[in-house]
Amino acid sequence: MENQKFYYDNKTVKLFILATIIWGVVGILVGILAALQLAFPAFNFGLEYTTFGRIRPLHTNAIIFAFVGNAIFAGVYYSMQKLLKTRMFSDRLSKINFWGWQLIIVLAAVTFVLGISTAKEYAELEWPIDILIAVVWVIFGWNMIGTILKRRVQHIYAAIWWYIATFIGVAILHVVNSFELPISLTKSYSIYAGAQDAVVQWWYGHNAVAFFLTTPFLGLMYYYLPKAANRPIYSYKLSIIHFWSLIFLYMWAGPHHLLYQALPEWAQALGVTFSIMLIAPSWGGMINGLLTLRGAWDKVRDSAALKFFVVAVTAYGMSTFEGPMMSLKSVNQITHFTDWTIAHVHIGGMGWNGGLVFGMLYWLIPKLFKTKLFSEKLANIHFWMSTLAILIYAIPLYWSAVTQWLMWREYTPEGYLAYPNFLETLTQILPMYTVRILAGVLFLGGFLVMSFNLFKTMATGKVEDNEAAEAPALVPAGPRNPVQETVHRWMERKGVRFSVWVFIALVIGGAVEIIPMIFIKSNVPTIDSVKPYTPLELEGRDIYISEGCYVCHSQMVRPFRWETDRYGEYSKIGEFVYDHPYQWGSRRTGPDLGRAGVVGGPMYKNAAWHYNHFLDPQKMNEQSIMPNYAWFAEKDVDLEMTPKKIRAMQTLGVPYEEGYDQKAIDDYMIQAKIIVDDLKASGIEIEPTKQMVAMIAYMHKLGKDISVPVEQETATSGEITKESVELLSSQADLDAAKQIFQTTCVVCHGSDGKGIATFPSLVDDEWINGNQPEQVYTSIANGNVAKGMIAYKNQYNEEQITQLASYILLVLNNENSK
Amino acid sequence: MNIFYLLIGVSLFAALIFLGVFIWAVRDGQFDDNETPAIRILFDDDSPSGEEEKKEESKKQTS
Repeated sequence: MENQKFYYDNKTVKLFILATIIWGVVGILVGILAALQLAFPAFNFGLEYTTFGRIRPLHTNAIIFAFVGNAIFAGVYYSMQKLLKTRMFSDRLSKINFWGWQLIIVLAAVTFVLGISTAKEYAELEWPIDILIAVVWVIFGWNMIGTILKRRVQHIYAAIWWYIATFIGVAILHVVNSFELPISLTKSYSIYAGAQDAVVQWWYGHNAVAFFLTTPFLGLMYYYLPKAANRPIYSYKLSIIHFWSLIFLYMWAGPHHLLYQALPEWAQALGVTFSIMLIAPSWGGMINGLLTLRGAWDKVRDSAALKFFVVAVTAYGMSTFEGPMMSLKSVNQITHFTDWTIAHVHIGGMGWNGGLVFGMLYWLIPKLFKTKLFSEKLANIHFWMSTLAILIYAIPLYWSAVTQWLMWREYTPEGYLAYPNFLETLTQILPMYTVRILAGVLFLGGFLVMSFNLFKTMATGKVEDNEAAEAPALVPAGPRNPVQETVHRWMERKGVRFSVWVFIALVIGGAVEIIPMIFIKSNVPTIDSVKPYTPLELEGRDIYISEGCYVCHSQMVRPFRWETDRYGEYSKIGEFVYDHPYQWGSRRTGPDLGRAGVVGGPMYKNAAWHYNHFLDPQKMNEQSIMPNYAWFAEKDVDLEMTPKKIRAMQTLGVPYEEGYDQKAIDDYMIQAKIIVDDLKASGIEIEPTKQMVAMIAYMHKLGKDISVPVEQETATSGEITKESVELLSSQADLDAAKQIFQTTCVVCHGSDGKGIATFPSLVDDEWINGNQPEQVYTSIANGNVAKGMIAYKNQYNEEQITQLASYILLVLNNENSK
Repeated sequence: MNIFYLLIGVSLFAALIFLGVFIWAVRDGQFDDNETPAIRILFDDDSPSGEEEKKEESKKQTS
């Protein structure tokens, strides 16, 4: 058997490694910035480009697609050639893969900072970049399958099966979730609406974890762990079994991200069932990885790469145990909307993905550069920094998650929420946020130590861009049966590749034709009172999307008493039929906004309050960590786009009347004028075209349609002054007052009236004593908007305000003086 | 919620692709040998044989 000479392509591998290191530093730095912003809002810098709402997607995408993505390519491009004893299929495709991917990353960074976002987690990139991703991904797959077809080894090693699954999985997910209707180069609407959009999004989100953060990394584990330990994998059979079971099970678990939310019960049950089953194939990977080191633990002591692999595989085992646990509904009510989610993904991200990449680099770079690692000691220092950072990151966040959840659901003996003001529950956990920053800095420090170590290593060695190699040509194994041989022959022919790609193109093309047709007309309103967004509300919603408000604010009230008491009526599927995209959120750093427009509800705030709050949240309450959005008052909405947006919505099946796009601007102005007048009454001057007006309109739309209709209130100008107020001391009056007080006033003043955080006490001598009933009455009626107190004259009638004043003076102050 | 028809369809489609690949793999004999592949990857014996031949030649000459 004559050996064939060929050359390995190391240059592409080297480029991907460099990109991994550089983007890793960037991604972690942005993460630290995000952590700083959560603990100290000053780090939002008061610029629109650097608010947390824009920085957070930048961090997640930089880590997932830039750091992890490049690491996958580096690992795959190196191991595939070695495993198949051939050069990659096409140098040109490798080059396009590399530069295309870097272009995507740069475009992502720029667009996120500019507020160009589809607001679907981990798929925030706008449609032109989505298309670019699809193209580059197909290039990668083409290159990979071409390489497999021209291999010199009959057997396709386990790692490569994982790579193939990665390619197929991500391609399908990305295409299905990225169906958007473009209206301009930088703006599109998801073709799915509301609950349907949420289901698609989390089918995607969950499977992105599966096929971007799990399968490629298990593939890398199956190559690099045995190589670094110089031992065969513990059980090759297990690797086959858990591979096939994992890819067959993973696709079905997406709904566990939407438990207790506006989703059919059966779908939730399906998601939970598959999530529980997923423990088995996941732990198959962990067991296989760890047991490979049987009898080789002495090597682990001396090798930083192996240490990292041990931590990576252990972290993988931990998160894949945690995941199924979190998908149990009873556990999920704790972990959803709290920091548990964030801790969970960082065990996966820093531990599993990070650890595996670090281990791979420590082993691969010396091998590639034909030298020794510059310093094993530095690598060990990095190992301990990184491992400690993971613990310091996760443990405080677990702590804060449970703390906050307990506070959310705490009731007083009287049956009222113990912490009606959301901010209290956040202030309580800010110390953990400070600790998290330290963890991030420590992790970055370790990363920089590694970068230094690896660059030094590269400097001492030299990489052969084209490494010479020899291997016997592949002789197809003798026919086992005629069927098999024809399949194999067929696979060998060049035409096959072409037809495979034609098939894929047809599937995508067919999907593009069929999916919009089926789903655009399918959102049949089930709640009659739910109306499409007015042009002004729609523009407000688009600002909400672009600013990434969903990053901190949910719009999904779960059917728990402690949520309905705090926010209002629980959310229903039918409310969201006009939402392109949906905005349910997944972490509540601020309160839920799904009921912000319910007049008289616990979340309602008037226009002047919102104006002041956007302008400077810290002025309303110095403990708030919300960035300020002062530019809302400065920047105009692009009204030229509004008719286009209305037409796009009509295309998506939103029932605006025929030709409404012509009238949209007029309606916009009429509605804006109402808000402008409302603000004017509170002494605020603003143009109707400003973003602020649209935002306020959107806030007041949330939940409005399904609440009992209340007169649209606008501020009546002028102060109310009462000559004299007769206090109402009957039990019925006081009970009615207590009801109002407990739903509205407690949010800031506490159920005992002593004040919460920085809000004033109603029962201390300074404020109340010496105040006459009429003075208390006018304070309630006129409010103090600059301090966050609404003028309640628009919400309650005279009798109710009198009852409230009576309650404060007769009950609360008496209770206190006892 | 007829989105589920699509997603279940797409998921089944993916599963069918995987199933097809699985059947092909079994028929192709990919899983006939579950012992040696794990060990084989540990040997990097694909470096050009020129050097080793020279070594062997020099051995022959000296002997």
